[in-house]
Amino acid sequence: MIRPPHVGLPDKILTLDDVTVSFDGFKALDGLTLSVDRGELRCIIGPNGAGKTTMMDVVTGKTRPDHGSAWFAQDIDLLALSEPEIAQAGVGRKFQKPTVFESLTVFENVELAIWGPKSFWKDLVARLTRAERQHIDDILDVVGLAAQRAALAGTLSHGQKQWLEIGMLLMQEPDLLLIDEPVAGMTPQETERTAALLRSLAAEHSLIVVEHDMDFVRSIAKRVTVLHEGRVLADGDMDQVQNDSRVAEVYLGA
Amino acid sequence: MSGARRWALIEQDRAGTVFLAVLAVLAIASPILNQLVPASSPFHLSAYWLTLIGKYLCYAILAVAIDLIWGFGGILSLGHAAFFALGGYVMGMYLMRQIGARGVYGDPVLPDFMVFLNWQKLPWFWIGFNHFWFALVVIVAVPAALAWVFGWFAFRSRVTGVYFSIITQALSYALMLAFFRNDMGFGGNNGFTDFKEILGFDLHADSTRVALLVITAGVLAAGYLACRAIVDSRAGRLFRAIRDAESRARFLGYRVESYKVWIFAFSAVLAGIAGALYVPQVGIINPSEFSPLNSIEAVIWVAIGGRGTLYGAAAGAVLVNYAKTYFTGALPEVWLYALGTLFVLVTLFLPRGLVGLGTLRRRTLDAGPAALAIWAIRSEVGASLESKLK
Repeated sequence: MIRPPHVGLPDKILTLDDVTVSFDGFKALDGLTLSVDRGELRCIIGPNGAGKTTMMDVVTGKTRPDHGSAWFAQDIDLLALSEPEIAQAGVGRKFQKPTVFESLTVFENVELAIWGPKSFWKDLVARLTRAERQHIDDILDVVGLAAQRAALAGTLSHGQKQWLEIGMLLMQEPDLLLIDEPVAGMTPQETERTAALLRSLAAEHSLIVVEHDMDFVRSIAKRVTVLHEGRVLADGDMDQVQNDSRVAEVYLGA
Repeated sequence: MSGARRWALIEQDRAGTVFLAVLAVLAIASPILNQLVPASSPFHLSAYWLTLIGKYLCYAILAVAIDLIWGFGGILSLGHAAFFALGGYVMGMYLMRQIGARGVYGDPVLPDFMVFLNWQKLPWFWIGFNHFWFALVVIVAVPAALAWVFGWFAFRSRVTGVYFSIITQALSYALMLAFFRNDMGFGGNNGFTDFKEILGFDLHADSTRVALLVITAGVLAAGYLACRAIVDSRAGRLFRAIRDAESRARFLGYRVESYKVWIFAFSAVLAGIAGALYVPQVGIINPSEFSPLNSIEAVIWVAIGGRGTLYGAAAGAVLVNYAKTYFTGALPEVWLYALGTLFVLVTLFLPRGLVGLGTLRRRTLDAGPAALAIWAIRSEVGASLESKLK
């Protein structure tokens, strides 16, 4: 199915309130409070162990917090849903390491990311409609993989796998995309293309991008949140954040 | 679509067609060679061979069932012989009830072993097995239900890989111990034997044997086609996707355990049907069929034949079992070593199994020199690195 356009949706796409996660006494998130507007492209930075990936794990249902609340689109309680239910509700995630289905073709990878209710019995007889095929091909054009359509995903380069995964996210039609280190291991040209791709997505979707590459963050983000020891340390545009003395201290290496 | 992928698909289709054609020839030729060719002719197919081929085909169905989940979903069940045995036991119950008053003790209702145990009446779970249709329903229902419940707990708890394999072994072993007990009501360590007829047809008559063989070949073909249909569906693609990256599938919104459970249950049903066809042909079922070793052997057939192709698994089952028949007759002490060696060699040199031989040869023909060169360069580089490190 191809998702119909949505209208009249609430302003906040994600609201985290006082979220705490501890692993064996170590607080990966320590009362994290954060909200993201609909249509925003938010970058999240922070040193290793700041809780960036844990935050994504909480939002996608992989990790349950000890306390706190997490709301999606203001009315969906993320803590009450399983991983597939959260995905169905409209949250997509790209992993740090590119994760695609290596023994399937590029086209089939995108096909499996199709939007809509999913069940074994339905998928046993599911056939792609002409419009759906076209939609997949359009997405492959957007992510620049049209020529690799029939190639096995396992044969793609690292950067191509990253794009394929982003293509799968597009097919999934999420309202909110969580993207973990999209340009890790990419050449400068690939990085530039990825930046353009993410910027073009920001209007229709809300994006949260975790990234270490400061130049990349500067090139895409309007608003940056700095995490440190499981909390928000600073928040604002890139210049504000970079001029913040606390940020310089913990992260940018003053 | 282009290149290697299309080539692989065409090859899969062609090999699958050859496989179905072989089954069709077998189903047509066996009755002719057995019934129409006189026993004096060298082309006559004896009852011995009918039973043997029928048995191999049952094993082939089991192998296809294993390949469906292992070759495509990466789920290695080391307990599939248990589903095979369960199907066999259910068929055995029907065949026992068919004996009627012709048993040694002549009881019109109770099978011999119950009379021997001094039981007065038929246990409740034996009721209904005098009807063939009822047995057929149970042959499907028991493996399906067991696999579904077992799979649901295992997959929902995200038990995967070797842990899953181990608990399937445990399942099979536990069932074996249970069926060994006399008070379970399934004949204890003797199991069921001495069957007389099925649906009124004499099990010892050649015509019945030939019919069973033809039916088994038909079921193998149908099972193969059903598995192909599953694998080629979107659900089947997701099944392979789960093997590659389970969490990615989950974050795309799939309840992956549901896909695993249903395909696992289907595979168990196929194994159960294979067992149900096996028992009337070999004439006996006992708890040793649950033996964990049987499950492992079945996995070896699949590995040797070539996993992930379905027809390769079937071919592996037939070839290995033919070799087993030959070796255990000619050189009984050699068989296990031969099987072990074959398994190791295939795993090392033919990761795609015997059916991979064709493509392997074709590929090495053009890629051979290049592969050799790469290998030489790599060992050269490795040696120089090693000397530098020293």
